[in-house]
Amino acid sequence: MNWEVIIKWLPKLAQGATLTLELVAIAVIAGLILAIPLGIARSSRHLSVRALPYAYIFFFRGTPLLVQLFLVYYGLAQFDAVRKSALWPYLRDPFWCASVTMTLHTAAYIAEILRGAIQAVPPGEVEAARALGMSKWKALFYIVLPRAGRIGLPAYSNEVILMLKASALASTVTLLELTGMARTIIARTYLPVEIFFAAGMFYLVMAYVLVRGFKLLERVLRVDATQGR
Amino acid sequence: MNIDLYGFGPALAAGALMTVQLALTALCLGLVLGLLGALAKTSPYKFLQWVGGTYSTIVRGIPELLWVLLIYFGTVNLMRAIGEYVGIPGLELNAFAAGVIALGLCFGAYATEVFRGAILAIPKGHREAGLALGMSRSRIFIKLIMPQMWRIALPGLGNLFMILMKDTALVSVIGLEEIMRHSQIAVGFTKEAFTFYLVAAFIYLGLTILAMTGMYLLEKRASRGFLRSAS
Repeated sequence: MNWEVIIKWLPKLAQGATLTLELVAIAVIAGLILAIPLGIARSSRHLSVRALPYAYIFFFRGTPLLVQLFLVYYGLAQFDAVRKSALWPYLRDPFWCASVTMTLHTAAYIAEILRGAIQAVPPGEVEAARALGMSKWKALFYIVLPRAGRIGLPAYSNEVILMLKASALASTVTLLELTGMARTIIARTYLPVEIFFAAGMFYLVMAYVLVRGFKLLERVLRVDATQGR
Repeated sequence: MNIDLYGFGPALAAGALMTVQLALTALCLGLVLGLLGALAKTSPYKFLQWVGGTYSTIVRGIPELLWVLLIYFGTVNLMRAIGEYVGIPGLELNAFAAGVIALGLCFGAYATEVFRGAILAIPKGHREAGLALGMSRSRIFIKLIMPQMWRIALPGLGNLFMILMKDTALVSVIGLEEIMRHSQIAVGFTKEAFTFYLVAAFIYLGLTILAMTGMYLLEKRASRGFLRSAS
C-alpha cells in the first residue's frame, strides 16, 4: 500500500466527498418533502387516490437508478422541446440532473416507508383523536404524521445511507463526486487499489457519522419511548 | 405509440439474458457468503464473530459501484501474480467474473443479516432436541435449522434479490454487455437516448415483476402448513 499517494490526494478526495454530501443532502431532504404527499396518498383508502402514487413508486423502485439517471441526463436531450425550454441550462448540468433524479428515486422509497409507518399507527389513537372531535386533516397532522414520523425514522435513516451509496452513480454522468474523483485520480496515478481504498474509507466514515447522527436524533425525538404500545 | 428499435431488439434481448445470468450467478455466490457470514456471526467463537461482523459492516458501508470498480481494476496485479504462479501468464478477471464477485459480495453482506435473524428466530429447543438425539452440530444445522430458516429468510432474500437485479446495471460501467451496455451502444448509433433507456427501464420492470411472481410462489411453497398470520 502506497500511503504517500493516498495522503497526497486526500484533499481532492475530500473535495469529492463534499459534493457527495451535497447531492445526498439535496436528495434526501427534497425527497422527504416530495414523499410526504405521495405517502399520504399511497395509504389512502380510495383506489383513485392510491393508483397514481402506486404507479410512480412501482416505476422508481422497479428500475435501476442508473437507468433513471441516463434517462434524465442523456434521454431528455432527445426532445427539441426540452432543449428549447427555459429549464435547459439546468437539465444540461450533470449536478442538477443527478440531484433531480436522486430526489425522484429516493422519494419513491421514502413514500413507501411513510405508507408503512402511517399504516402502523395504532388505530385506537386515530379513533381517539376522531372521538375528541378532530377533523380528518387535523388528526392527520397532529396525531398520525408525528407518530408515523417516529415509526418511520429508523427506516428513513437506512434510506439515507442507501442514498449515500447510490450517489456513487453520479460519477457515471461525469460528476466529480467521491467515486468520480477517485476514478479521475486513478486515471492519473494508475493506483486503483490505494485510491479506491481511500474512497471506500471516506464512505465508511460518512456512513458511520450519519448512523450516529440518526441515533442521536432518535434519542431527541424519544423514538424508543413512544414505541411502547 | 410505436417504438422503433432500429434492429437493436435482439441485442437488448441478449442483454436481458446476460443480466439474468449475472444476477443468478451472483445470487449463488451471495447466498453462500451470506450463510457463511451468518454462521460466523452466530458462532460461539469471538474471532469468527468478529470476521462476520467486519465483513457485513465494511461491505455494506461502501457503494456497490465502488466494489465493482475496485474488483475489476484493483485486482489486475493480483490476478497477474496468481497467473504467473499457476503458469497462465496474462490471467485477468473478465467483466462477468468481476461483476459476479462484486455483486455477490454485496448481496452476501446483506444476506448475512437476514440469515442471522432467521437463525436466531428458530426456537432454542429445536437445537437442544437435536443434541439430545445425539446429532452432530453440522447435522443439526443441515437437518434442523436450515429447512426452517428458509421460510423466515425468504421475504428478506426476495427484497435483496430485487436490489441485486437492479445493481446488475452497474456492471455495464466495466463493459459487460448486459441491458444497459447494449442500450448505450444503441444510443451511440441512433442518438435516441430517451427511447432506448426507457425500453431498458421497462425490461428491468418486467424482470422485477417476474422476480416478484417467483418470490410469491416460493414463499407460498415455503409457508405451506403454516397459518397465514393476520396482517
